Amino acid sequence: MSTIEIEGLHKSFGALEVLRGIDLAVEPGEVVCVIGPSGSGKSTLLRCVNLLEEPTAGTIRVAGVEVTDPDCDIDAVRRGIGMVFQQFNLFGHLTVRENVTIAQRRVLKRGRAEADRIAAENLRRVGLTEKAGAYPAQLSGGQQQRAAIARSLAMSPRLMLFDEPTSALDPELVGEVLAVMRALADEGMTMLVVTHEMAFAREVANRVVFMDAGVIVEQGPPAEVFGRPREERTREFLHRVLEPTRVRPGD
Amino acid sequence: MRWSPRRRKRIARAAGYLVFALVIAVVVSAADWGRLSDAFFRLDIARSMFPGAITVALRNTIVYTLLAFVFGLTLGLILALMRLSSIPPYRWFATAYIELFRGLPALLVLFMVGYGVPLAFPDREIPGGVYGSVAVGLGLTAAAYMAETIRAGIQAVPRGQLEAARTLGMSHTRAMISIILPQAFRIVIPPLTNEIILLTKDTSLVYVLGVTATTIELTKFAGDTLNTRVNPTPLVVAGLLYLVITLPMSQLVRGLERRAGRER
Repeated sequence: MSTIEIEGLHKSFGALEVLRGIDLAVEPGEVVCVIGPSGSGKSTLLRCVNLLEEPTAGTIRVAGVEVTDPDCDIDAVRRGIGMVFQQFNLFGHLTVRENVTIAQRRVLKRGRAEADRIAAENLRRVGLTEKAGAYPAQLSGGQQQRAAIARSLAMSPRLMLFDEPTSALDPELVGEVLAVMRALADEGMTMLVVTHEMAFAREVANRVVFMDAGVIVEQGPPAEVFGRPREERTREFLHRVLEPTRVRPGD
Repeated sequence: MRWSPRRRKRIARAAGYLVFALVIAVVVSAADWGRLSDAFFRLDIARSMFPGAITVALRNTIVYTLLAFVFGLTLGLILALMRLSSIPPYRWFATAYIELFRGLPALLVLFMVGYGVPLAFPDREIPGGVYGSVAVGLGLTAAAYMAETIRAGIQAVPRGQLEAARTLGMSHTRAMISIILPQAFRIVIPPLTNEIILLTKDTSLVYVLGVTATTIELTKFAGDTLNTRVNPTPLVVAGLLYLVITLPMSQLVRGLERRAGRER
């Protein structure tokens, strides 16, 4: 059974159709990176998986549960899906430790001692043991994003969604977040990652999906998509992203 | 003669000070201080007001304020949540309520509650006697203002906070209670404290309900003393006692705003 199965997914915002028929499956343990120009619908696709956006048409199943079914208990499904946002979205009124324990306590009903132990474990995993007592505003962007990853991991998700996790970071802080994500991938976590970090996609992903204008243009192993792109749109996008200094005016 | 800009600025500032001092001096010297202090600063009359001014009047003013604040805050929170609800009738009701009660004088509402409720429900009464009537009468108006303040606070919490909470499996209600409202209230503590200060002063309207020797508050207390002694000194005493409540609260707001500024 696939971890994610998306069939015929459409999403419109008013008159604007952002997703125009997406079919995609992600297998357990797979790391899939979604790349493409801004406005291509990558983030919307990701946000449909845990129903942060309500699809206009199509079905989405996560671990066999159809989230697009109106009778689906979406809160229960979301417990098993971690999500990491571009803007981190740490809870500003809580310390890092409380950020990692609050959903364990309030949603999973774990006791304080157990939640604290699991929080400590996951903060160690992302290298933030010393910052457990700090408030988000006292952390760098990279530290905040790692804390946000720990917060998701503490729920023991079977799937992690990453929505441009490094796009809001200063360049020198990108590496520490990618390192945590790479370690997660090595541990066998199933991951769907929307990213502009082509090097990460090339080195870590099992599969790269290129989207443009609301459709999947092509997908395949990174060596193929980056090395021998079949579609003209993919080639053009990669040229702009990988060799930005070679782009000529009016290209 | 040409003055340098710095010199010019200095002279302008000195002239400003001079005018300011002159105005004060004229007002102070023109006033008839003898008559003024005879009217407003009679120590013997002031002294005769104590300890009742504190043990009864000041105490009741504070109790009325707190009761009305608690009632108003609770109702205001409910109204704010209704105003932001996805269910249209809730929104309509909250909007209508807020518009209505913001537009009516607090005195009128207090009067309606004090005399309308007993007429409408002859076999029942608001628990707590005049205390209950004040809590409801002033709280109904305060709730309208506080609802708007709280709504603004909730909307000031970034959208991503709710999304993050929901993706962790929290229900909408749980996310509101654990994540959104704690941050919203932090944002609105300064304006809410201002609301208490306004309520403190609105308790001066309680006299319309007819208060007794034990339920009297500062303004009525001062007014009664004024009538018996035929001298307005009690008003000054009452004014000072209001400041005893409101000045520390203004100070508190300032402190909270400074702290909030540091945390961000």
